[in-house]
Amino acid sequence: MSTHPAPPPPPAPAPAPGGAARAALLVLADGRFPAGGHAHSGGAEAAVRAGGVHDPDSLEHFCRGRLRTAGLTAAGLAAAATAGLDPLVLDEAADARTASPALRATSRKLGRQLMRAARAAWPGPALDALAAARPRGAHQPVVLGLAAGTAGLPPHDAAHIALYESVTGPATAAVRLLSLDPFAVAAVLARLTPDLDRAAEAAATAARAALHDGVDALPAASAPLLDLAAERHARWKVRLFAS
Amino acid sequence: MTRWSVTAHARITAAPDGRGGTALPELAGDGPLALRRSRDRVTVVGAMAAPLGGDRLRLDATVLAGARLRVGTAAATISLPGRDGAESVYDVTLTVEDRAVLHWLPEPLIAAAGSRLRTTTRVELAEGARLVLREEQVLGRSGEQPGALSTRLTVRRAGRPLLDQELSFGQAAPGWDGPAVLGGRRAVGQLLVVDPAFEDKPVAARLLDRDDGLDGSHASDGGDALVTPLAGPAALVTAVARDALTLRRLLDEGQREVVGAPW
Amino acid sequence: MHRDHDEEYPVRHAYSTPTTRADGTRRALRVGLGGPVGSGKTATVAALCRSLRDRLSIAVVTNDIYTTEDAEFLLRNAVLPPERIAAVETGACPHTAIRDDISANLEAVEDLEDEVGPLDLVLVESGGDNLTATFSKALVDAQVFVIDVAGGDKIPRKGGPGVTTADLLVVNKTDLAPLVGADLEVMARDAKAQRGDLPTLFTALTAPDGIAPVREWVLARLDAWRA
Repeated sequence: MSTHPAPPPPPAPAPAPGGAARAALLVLADGRFPAGGHAHSGGAEAAVRAGGVHDPDSLEHFCRGRLRTAGLTAAGLAAAATAGLDPLVLDEAADARTASPALRATSRKLGRQLMRAARAAWPGPALDALAAARPRGAHQPVVLGLAAGTAGLPPHDAAHIALYESVTGPATAAVRLLSLDPFAVAAVLARLTPDLDRAAEAAATAARAALHDGVDALPAASAPLLDLAAERHARWKVRLFAS
Repeated sequence: MTRWSVTAHARITAAPDGRGGTALPELAGDGPLALRRSRDRVTVVGAMAAPLGGDRLRLDATVLAGARLRVGTAAATISLPGRDGAESVYDVTLTVEDRAVLHWLPEPLIAAAGSRLRTTTRVELAEGARLVLREEQVLGRSGEQPGALSTRLTVRRAGRPLLDQELSFGQAAPGWDGPAVLGGRRAVGQLLVVDPAFEDKPVAARLLDRDDGLDGSHASDGGDALVTPLAGPAALVTAVARDALTLRRLLDEGQREVVGAPW
Repeated sequence: MHRDHDEEYPVRHAYSTPTTRADGTRRALRVGLGGPVGSGKTATVAALCRSLRDRLSIAVVTNDIYTTEDAEFLLRNAVLPPERIAAVETGACPHTAIRDDISANLEAVEDLEDEVGPLDLVLVESGGDNLTATFSKALVDAQVFVIDVAGGDKIPRKGGPGVTTADLLVVNKTDLAPLVGADLEVMARDAKAQRGDLPTLFTALTAPDGIAPVREWVLARLDAWRA
């Protein structure tokens, strides 16, 4: 039975001047925020090629699965980073939760890109410290959580952003790859919002528990096909998306 | 088949016997978890149908420094519904000390229709420990919808997280049979090999199917598998298949890829 | 023991694009090459590399819409050693990767500087796109827009941000002009009208040292950059 000691409390990200700046949620979640997400399909490009995603219904099925697995796990890590868990401990927890080396590399690459954008938007010592400790990139959800905290957002918001990204990436990619009706895909995203809210709540609750019980309290939901597809995709010579 | 739910706690401790073999100073079966021994091998024999809804089962195995232990099960474990729809829990804790070796190779876990089971497997490895661990889940008996199954595997090595994965299937897990998770397949499993030797020679990530690198479609024989290096000295084989037989074949193939000479 | 990140890596540059290195010297000049599909961007990059690699330390970042196509062309043709070529994926939106969200390209450039540097010149080749594609000033110091006569002699007249604002407009494949009925004088006149004092060069890369005018322009930029 693992009774590892809880990590020492690290300095919590400094809140934005004047308290929580709720609109920062919109800036961070916006697909136009320059953090590299546009070039990633979240496994959708591989799923499209394999035939698993071919219309709005199958896209929705894909997104539901991704939201509850990779999305929830990322949301837990992000919320925990916002809540003040040691980002380096979370970075290690993210490694353990990511069996595919291609996905670990993608997560660190996106973490590095997000770090650049976040430090420009919300400069702060917590981001600087993580950038110095992980110059090749910390895992993206950890950077996201720290950025959200620096922007004055609560853990629950960081979880929401991670979950939102976990489905908007595949949805946007599916529109481009399959020429799907963009209105139908917008409706898919709208139908996912109750699941998304529930998952954000679960992630935020887990992050609170992790403050006392350590990172094992965070979700570790995984999806075998996302791992398989990521490794397969990384070997393609011709592809539109980076992952 | 209904019975009252049970709580059981079985324990195994393996130690070197001083003559190059393994002694079992502790071998305590309990309730449905009966234990049978032959040399360095322990077999869990189901003494009654379990887990049944409401059961709380626990199995702890410790391999002391320098010892070797193999644990298997006599048959597949079938998760069955209880009388009141209660969830059952099966917790396994494995501790492997320095220079010790544990092979944890149970038969598949089958989630029967209407069942609700949550399993956790927590593994604590010393830095010099070696481990081969296999987990297989089959979603539903032939032709039936599966019950709810959630399995969490948490492996720590030298006190640091090495692998943490939770798989959830059934109605409470939206999208579980969709194109991100199982893609309609009903058998899923993984085989984890931890060996300090991977520190210097990690395995290369590779797919165990006939993918040509251009066509992303699934292999035609009902299964896909992947060998990956973890961020520490370990290799994980992940497989998804249409049935338990295909799954085992893929995991065996993965094991051969990862473990050159048997140890 | 975590292998995935390299602890010895130097601390990353800030989010902005400083023009000097940590030691105070001027960093490499970054030149972006954009233009429509098939106009000869990759051929221009290859010719520049061949004719400058003996006197300058060069690296290339490609942004082909298909991952490694351009990088592999450059590798196959042994224009530069593989460690000097990096490919960036653009998620089917090549203009986004050079203009709106340049983070992946910036990181590719910085990685090349760190791994094979110090560099004199980094060429960032855009994936083939339309006439509106331009590079962010935070990614490159100068941009070249490459069109060709076979694409029609009306392109300069149509204008668009690429033709109008690029620091250099290259009209490539002039050797094909008689074959496709393109009037080079009309193209030059239209370009002048759209671009004012900004330079336009006409090239035929199939001719011996056909890259010379572009090379001289790049060298002049480099001199100015270092001055």
